[in-house]
Amino acid sequence: MTICKNHELNHKTMLRKIRIALATLSLLLITLLFLDFTGVLHHWFGWLAKVQFLPAVLALNVVIIITLILITLLFGRIYCSVICPLGIMQDVVARLRRKKNKYSYSPAKNWLRYPILAVFIVAIVAGVGSLVALLAPYSSFGRIVSNLFQPIYLWGNNMLAGIAEHYESYTFYEVDIWMRSLPTFIIAAVSFLIISALALKGGRTYCNTICPVGTVLGFISRFSIFGISINKDKCRKCGKCAKNCKASCIDIKTMTIDKSRCVTCGNCLNQCVFDALHYVPNLKASFNTQEESTTSAASASANEVDGNRRAFLASTAMLTTTAALAQAEKKVDGGLAAVEDKIIPERNTPITPPGSLSARNFAQHCTGCQLCVSQCPNKVLRPSTGLMNLMQPEMSYERGYCRIECNRCSQVCPTGAIRPITPEEKTSIQVGHAVWVKKNCVVLADGVTCGNCARHCPAGAIQMVPSNPNDEYSPLIPAVNEAYCIGCGACENLCPANPSAIYVEGHEVHKEI
Amino acid sequence: MKDINRRTFLKSLGTGVVASSALLSACKGKEEQVQNTTAKLQEPPTDKMTMRVNPNTGDKVSILGYGMMRLPVIEDAKNEGDPPFDQEMINKQVDYAIAHGVNYFDTSPAYCRGESESCTGIALARHKREEFFVATKLSNFSPDTWSREASQEMFNNSLKYLQIDYLDYLLLHAIGGTSRDKEGNDLDSLATFNARYMDNGILDWLVEQKQAGKIRNLGFSYHGDIKIFDMLLQWHDEGRYHWDFVQIELNYLDWNYADEINPSNTDAVYLYGELEKRGIPAVIMEPLLGGRLANVPDFILSKMKSRRPEDSVASWAFRFAGTPKGVLCVLSGMTYMEHLRDNIRTYAPLEPISEEEDAFLLDLANDIYNLHEIPCTECKYCMPCPYGLNIPEIFKHYNKMIKEGNMPNNPEREDYAKKRKAFLVGYDRSVPRLRQANRCIGCGECETHCPQSIKIRQELNKIDEFVDRLRTESFV
Repeated sequence: MTICKNHELNHKTMLRKIRIALATLSLLLITLLFLDFTGVLHHWFGWLAKVQFLPAVLALNVVIIITLILITLLFGRIYCSVICPLGIMQDVVARLRRKKNKYSYSPAKNWLRYPILAVFIVAIVAGVGSLVALLAPYSSFGRIVSNLFQPIYLWGNNMLAGIAEHYESYTFYEVDIWMRSLPTFIIAAVSFLIISALALKGGRTYCNTICPVGTVLGFISRFSIFGISINKDKCRKCGKCAKNCKASCIDIKTMTIDKSRCVTCGNCLNQCVFDALHYVPNLKASFNTQEESTTSAASASANEVDGNRRAFLASTAMLTTTAALAQAEKKVDGGLAAVEDKIIPERNTPITPPGSLSARNFAQHCTGCQLCVSQCPNKVLRPSTGLMNLMQPEMSYERGYCRIECNRCSQVCPTGAIRPITPEEKTSIQVGHAVWVKKNCVVLADGVTCGNCARHCPAGAIQMVPSNPNDEYSPLIPAVNEAYCIGCGACENLCPANPSAIYVEGHEVHKEI
Repeated sequence: MKDINRRTFLKSLGTGVVASSALLSACKGKEEQVQNTTAKLQEPPTDKMTMRVNPNTGDKVSILGYGMMRLPVIEDAKNEGDPPFDQEMINKQVDYAIAHGVNYFDTSPAYCRGESESCTGIALARHKREEFFVATKLSNFSPDTWSREASQEMFNNSLKYLQIDYLDYLLLHAIGGTSRDKEGNDLDSLATFNARYMDNGILDWLVEQKQAGKIRNLGFSYHGDIKIFDMLLQWHDEGRYHWDFVQIELNYLDWNYADEINPSNTDAVYLYGELEKRGIPAVIMEPLLGGRLANVPDFILSKMKSRRPEDSVASWAFRFAGTPKGVLCVLSGMTYMEHLRDNIRTYAPLEPISEEEDAFLLDLANDIYNLHEIPCTECKYCMPCPYGLNIPEIFKHYNKMIKEGNMPNNPEREDYAKKRKAFLVGYDRSVPRLRQANRCIGCGECETHCPQSIKIRQELNKIDEFVDRLRTESFV
């Protein structure tokens, strides 16, 4: 008898150990996806982002959605314990408080979780990206890692690069560390603090009251085949299991477990000294007719995307001074002219990355997880600051331009907001067009010859033409052929004027040329 | 391969140190003797400097002249922008130079962002006036300084900054170059020369200063158009002006290859020959081509070292430049103490290049020419670029890759990807992105100033296209 019991106990411990091992692995790899700036890891583990529930839903990835639902129907919410990085992160944070019996049962807060889910669905349908990004668990995690942890990772890399440079090795190279968007950074920091505080205090409170994915999966897991059940004959109501349940879902008074909130972590199983808890198929108990929230699928008509986003922060101070960066004339040898940071031009229409099809498609699909932002090797993508699509990325060219050979954002995007495109396809996708700003152009303002925009245009869309049609020897100014321009921003980035005398206006709907 | 070499080198150095210290502790008695010998070998003598005599004034000038164009700076944890000059180090090096017989100091109002003269003045003011000769120039970079008044002011400022009341050597700076006047018109070399020195009567005024004793030797430095050089020497022959000395670029690469490298330049063999014919002492600049002849690829280095294993690569260039009898002094912009020490070792005393060695060096020149480096000497005359580029650093990186054998120019080779990464990573390390070649708008401001007549815009474009191709390819 005792041998058998031990065997049973080992079996339970094993379940928990497997859960912890898998969770650790998946948290580690997903975190690395956001940290690694070289794009190497994506080749191997990019799928981990694509199996996340909400991205799969937005990408209409039927195979993954059905698999996840089936897994939940079969085993309960193991998704929340093993796949969701935000969930695992909370477990890690909760472990920091090393105390036994730290939790207690609390009734489900249906009044909170169902309305939040409803709001969330409305936000998705209406294309209010900022709200979706704020609530989606995977996005929160991505935001936290890319804003708070990637800088530390990059800093470490730069240390190595410094050492490598010292030894004339080219293995590590320095990368820029920059604040891509202050509002997003603040939101990331606040989310991290709130979620950590909730995890420390109440385990999975966030997952069971706020997280819309948790609510959906919780709804499904009520009907799951496998589940933890209490053997009422064996239970002595000692409450040890409830005190160690991070989901606060074991009601010891009624000896029931709220399967909609249980994340099947298995922590309770080996707490029970009376062997009353088991993870078993439980067919008869599942179909208890509880109240069902008919989530009013708010089929709000797809609101028009806020194209003309007002800046959340007044970040684009337009200074229309000429480009004269340094002294006009040289008197002595040596020295470097000052170079100023490029001023971000004010764009009527923001630029969305190639592959995103249109501003609307992008706004409806992007969950603002920051994966593409953390990966963009050309420092083009950053979270936008507009209210409606706060945290969804947009493009700007002060630090680099969208190089023709790069398609990394389209490869990493798990939601289909940026569809996978090849570099060849990219050469014919028009995300915007270049606009010449006469008063800024150094050719006319400073009387020098230039043509740097034309020289660097990968599409051959810029030619230099005489500024005076009657004088072929007059200073040459750039002329943009909008039909060829793909909006890559090479001209804007390499323009010597500040703000640039040539800049890209985005297109609401991308065109193929 | 390079890394491994380096690592094994470090390792062997490590074992070497261990072994020698073990040896030393074993024979305690001989320890001091051994150490003293090595130190002595490194320390050049103070009384053996080869001196040359200036036939005009009888000045006994050291064959090594201190060029004050590449002064040491205080490098502070990679701060962007221009670091300050290290006056303490300048003083120390000037003291050391004088203590070892160096007595010729060459500066200019334009050098080192305009600070060279005052730095030199501070260092020299701590020595007796008769211990040194000072050469400075009437510079010509900005048309603002071309008026008679501005030129006189420049001259008087030189005396003031140098803290002296007469100049030993004064040069018309870099004649033979072109320029762009205030209206933005391009002037050819003759128009530039006339506008700078003749139309304002400043050359005649300088002759007056010489008669008044404010200038002891009047000469010119030359780069660029040979017409101007010939014209000035013709004036010398006609007795119109007397040149006490002339400063030219001379080294074993430019001796025969100057016009191959750039058709608008002239071989040093001609320049020196013209001066020698007339008995005009030659002051030599760019004996090392801004360090390019001190930093050569391994296959060239090994040829030099197998002949004279204990001598530095640079010493060959200095011996070559000092060998012709008509050379008064060879200028070297010695930024670091090691440079100074090594050059003094070479010149105290000078062992002239033999005929056989001469042939060897001219052979090496052919090898170096075939590297197709960009002939930049990092003189920084082109700087500051109004659009923020760091032109000399861009060229330096390019040349460095050639020299290290890291040029990714053959995609068929196995190590191509590795070289490409080295080129790109090294490029970003040496030059910040905002100062790289793709920022060149082609205004051409730099090209009028380049004493090597490098077609800077064309070279930058070439590098830009090369880098762009590498970046495109390197994306996986």
